[in-house]
Amino acid sequence: MTLLNLSWKNLSNKPLTMLLSLVLFALGVGLISFLLLINHQISEKFEKNLAGIDLVIGAKGSPLQLILSSMYHIDAPTGNIPIKGVMPYLNPKNPFIKAAIPLSLGDSYRGYRIVGTTANFLELYQAKVRTGRSFKGLMEVLAGATAAQELGLKVGSTFQSSHGLIEDENLVHEGHAFKVVGIMQPTGASVDQLLLTPAQSIWEVHEHAGMGAAPAVEEPEEAEHEHDDEEHAAEDSIAENHAENTEQVNGIALTNQEEDHQNDDEAPHDHEDEHQLKSILEYPDKDITALLLQFNGHNITTLNLQRMINQNTSMQAATPAIEITRLYSLMGVGQDALRWLAFIIMGVSGLSIFISLFSSLRDRRYELALMRTMGASPGKLFAMIIMEGLLLAIFGYLIGLAISHGGMELLAGEMKAAYRYTFTGRTFLLEEAYLLLGALAVGFVAAVIPAIQARNTDISETLAEG
Amino acid sequence: MNFPDFSLQKGEHWLLLGQSGSGKTTLLHLLGGLLSPSSGSIQIENTELGQLRASALDQFRGKNIGIVFQKSHFVRALSIGENLALAQQLAGLKPNRERIIELLERLNIGDKFRLKPDRLSIGEQQRAAIARALVNQAPIILADEPTSALDDHNATEVINLLEEQASALGSTLLVVTHDKRLKDRFPNQIAL
Repeated sequence: MTLLNLSWKNLSNKPLTMLLSLVLFALGVGLISFLLLINHQISEKFEKNLAGIDLVIGAKGSPLQLILSSMYHIDAPTGNIPIKGVMPYLNPKNPFIKAAIPLSLGDSYRGYRIVGTTANFLELYQAKVRTGRSFKGLMEVLAGATAAQELGLKVGSTFQSSHGLIEDENLVHEGHAFKVVGIMQPTGASVDQLLLTPAQSIWEVHEHAGMGAAPAVEEPEEAEHEHDDEEHAAEDSIAENHAENTEQVNGIALTNQEEDHQNDDEAPHDHEDEHQLKSILEYPDKDITALLLQFNGHNITTLNLQRMINQNTSMQAATPAIEITRLYSLMGVGQDALRWLAFIIMGVSGLSIFISLFSSLRDRRYELALMRTMGASPGKLFAMIIMEGLLLAIFGYLIGLAISHGGMELLAGEMKAAYRYTFTGRTFLLEEAYLLLGALAVGFVAAVIPAIQARNTDISETLAEG
Repeated sequence: MNFPDFSLQKGEHWLLLGQSGSGKTTLLHLLGGLLSPSSGSIQIENTELGQLRASALDQFRGKNIGIVFQKSHFVRALSIGENLALAQQLAGLKPNRERIIELLERLNIGDKFRLKPDRLSIGEQQRAAIARALVNQAPIILADEPTSALDDHNATEVINLLEEQASALGSTLLVVTHDKRLKDRFPNQIAL
């Protein structure tokens, strides 16, 4: 019989006492491991979604809300801003701006958010098209991998959006069908959960449904285009390979339009031009929800840009890194409290191991003396008791990890339903190895005093007591 | 406490008689190396107990001295068989299952091999304790009041077993007791 075996038999001989110590220990370990897991995965998600965005411009309000809704797609979107106001940043000739991505938010299809944007949205997240192609024309949709899978969308599928972010039959935008033209590869970022379409599609849906903020005055030409678009939508002839309207506004063109311009020479200018969408710069009176900006390096101008926008315009600009740090510090208070609670539970479980070993020693004094008469050295008794503490710690640790990872898996399902974010319990962190060391330390410390007592057992005196 | 000088020859059976408080148990603990004397010496064969280092003494005791106590105690978490195996192991010997089963059967408790100690009657427990004292074929068996907790029937049986088994092994047996029932059993007696 090995010492380990003997220690185990001693423990399992009192299953209820062992259970109490184990449950407490597992609870402490489980809570700490759970916090580690969720912290790690949340910050991983946040960092993946930062995507090098330096500034987000949107309507005045909570900067955190602006960041969460436009970058992480988890909060309600803020109000809209007119394109007129952000024209200078959308201009690709702007030397300070590396990329500017407009977003129109607020609609969804069965809980998955529809984002009206431009093609450079994909570059931002390094998203690639897996099947089909990217959106080009009005009402065309490029679906994120998760969204497509969960909604059962394939290339060619059509659907109708609803206003707002919850599933509500009363808010369906009737008569405007979106058509899926492509599906993206999974990226692990929030873009997987999105349905991307040209910003113009969102305006189309809203203006003709009488919702949204249609500009009061439209240029006649614009109105005509809109009309045409509507007609074609009604005919369900959202087609491909249309030439682009060659018109360029003041030499400004967005990156996604450049290749379209090349088509100009090849394609005849027939009156179906309108399907090849014009740069959104040509719709100064339309609204978008937010504008994501990447700077060309940091300098005085870009540093001042945020302050300038916040002070001088009716819009606000927010820095994602700062807002996320702020969010962490807000969550941090709750996390700190939980962490302390976990440490206290660990402490109590250590105490419970100590008490159970200590009181079991009182019952086992004679046993220990007996083992001495049979030839056991004091060191052997010491090691036996330490081993009992360590065994409790190891089993408690394993049960704790099972609880936290199992719980995380359960929660992952909930989180997916609530936030469209995927979490997993099937990943292990380096910190959890340190946690094992910590658990062993607690088990050792709890056992060391009883073990010393066992080592010092006075054989003769104990045996004489009978 | 002072004890007279005495020596026992190998294979002899002795009775150490004395009233309560006369130091019988203390003497037994001295002989078993559980206590060290403040003066005087204890020799077993050619080994001077007082000169052994602590760990060597533990080993020596485990191998050479089997002790039966007044109340039989066991490691409660282990079965009778495991308790005997533990006695072998702690003495630095290899656990020998056949020897354990054979011994238990000889003491009529072969069927208790797998049971935990608290499932045995007091008489059975005392037999198991004797089995444990004998399992390493120790040349010296010390018994501290082995019969005082037992009724006449069990007392006779236990002392018979002790004598039989000690004889069978050629071990030296020293029974410490104030039990008058045993007085006539042993011709060799020391009185304190």
